[in-house]
Amino acid sequence: MNREELQSAITALNADITFEEGGEYLTANIPADACRDIMQALHNLPAFEMDYMFCLTCVDWKTHLTMVYHLESRKHAHAVVIKSKLDRENPEIETLSDIWRTAEFLEREVYDLFGVRFIHHSDLRRLLLTDDWEGYPLRKDYEDPINMIKL
Amino acid sequence: MLQEVAQKETGDLVINVGPQHPSTHGVLHLVITLNGETIKKVEPHLGYIHRSIEKMCESLSYRQFIYSTSRMDYLSAHINNHACALAVEKGLQIEIPERAQVIRVLMDELTRLASHQLWWGALAMDVGAITPFFHAFREREVLNDIMEETCGARLTMNYMVPGGVMFDLHPNFQSRVKDFITLFKSKLPEYDELVTGNVIFQNRMKQVGFISAEDAVSYGCTGPTLRGSGVSCDIRKHHPYELYDKLQFTEPLETGGDCWARYLVRMEEMRQSLHIVEQLIDNIPEGEFQAKTKAVLKLPKGEFYSRVETARGELGVYIVSEGGLTPYRIKFRSPGFSNLSALDHMARGQKIGDLVAIMGTLDLVIPDIDR
Repeated sequence: MNREELQSAITALNADITFEEGGEYLTANIPADACRDIMQALHNLPAFEMDYMFCLTCVDWKTHLTMVYHLESRKHAHAVVIKSKLDRENPEIETLSDIWRTAEFLEREVYDLFGVRFIHHSDLRRLLLTDDWEGYPLRKDYEDPINMIKL
Repeated sequence: MLQEVAQKETGDLVINVGPQHPSTHGVLHLVITLNGETIKKVEPHLGYIHRSIEKMCESLSYRQFIYSTSRMDYLSAHINNHACALAVEKGLQIEIPERAQVIRVLMDELTRLASHQLWWGALAMDVGAITPFFHAFREREVLNDIMEETCGARLTMNYMVPGGVMFDLHPNFQSRVKDFITLFKSKLPEYDELVTGNVIFQNRMKQVGFISAEDAVSYGCTGPTLRGSGVSCDIRKHHPYELYDKLQFTEPLETGGDCWARYLVRMEEMRQSLHIVEQLIDNIPEGEFQAKTKAVLKLPKGEFYSRVETARGELGVYIVSEGGLTPYRIKFRSPGFSNLSALDHMARGQKIGDLVAIMGTLDLVIPDIDR
């Protein structure tokens, strides 16, 4: 599907989806509580068949966190970026690790560095840092006088 | 080898491999649950070489941050730099001179060759043959010398800049690369004779570490790991950058899904890389090696994503810009990270001795995984 077709097909999934102008990939903003259903549809429906998640990350916007998922279909060769806004104080979103298994590690990394809790994740522990580490280093307000050198 | 052995009530053994272990090629810590000799579970513990490069990049300018990525996958330093340069160029919308494009592709392919040579030697050493390691390093040394002459460094070359490459090629470059092609073409059959045709080696590789195409895609495997399961995924073919759409090369595919398939894919990739270098080495166009860019780079507000094929798979660079002098957020989608996540799936039900072979064919580079 080309960009316009993809946009109208994704709009049909949920009325609350908004799209961003421009950008290399079609970018859709979806509500966090509908995230799992929409993602499941993107993975399973033959029209989308987004079988490959090539990036999963999070961005700290100081007022809120945004989850960013990059999805691609190997069969149809179309790609889409899905974003979901999370509350910064209590970031929670359903896990996608049973849909794309690569998300299992990537979600653990985001949990480790941003503190996003993935509900129903089978093994949500810190991945890179030690278990007793305090704070989430990739957040913008993170301070660490010992390990961080500011220029 | 085994730092700590603990017996569980159920009869399962839990053992630690690493973080300091020769076959993990760096500081990777695996906690393995065993039943007899059979692996029940492999749990990687990461972070021993985590430097938070993504956070560091947030305070570096668009010219500076590129070079911290040489320290990620240090065997594909050029290609990592290339991915970052491409992302910045996407934001700035600069056209790259043709000469710079050719130099970049040449350097990428030579890097891929050097990386695969090291992989080949190290894999053979992991499964018990020491000689191939010296063979591989003998040829890799020639490539390192070529790199040193042009870039001034042997491993972390830092040669790419947004808009092209940092300096022009060394006058000796062409003739030395041609010498290398002749040399390596005579050595590749030697590699096959020594290792590929070896029955003991084949028995270590065949039917070991199987992963199906569907699972490999789900785990986000890329590069030779996915191509060994028969899925075409070469970024150079599917999302061509620089000159790759004009070059003649094939994407090797194997359907076995086991260590042997991944081995064959990488061996063929070496031949294809040689083929690409051969096509370009006599056709380096004259002209500028760098586009004119401003001294201080400022990316417009927005998001830029670039994808390249490193020696290990797909590297993605995701830049979020707020229009400032430094990136607001950078994410490196590293190939090793996703390939490692499939290790548990591949190793379950295998014998512990095969784990080393599986890790060898995944070609893990730990700084790339930890970042």
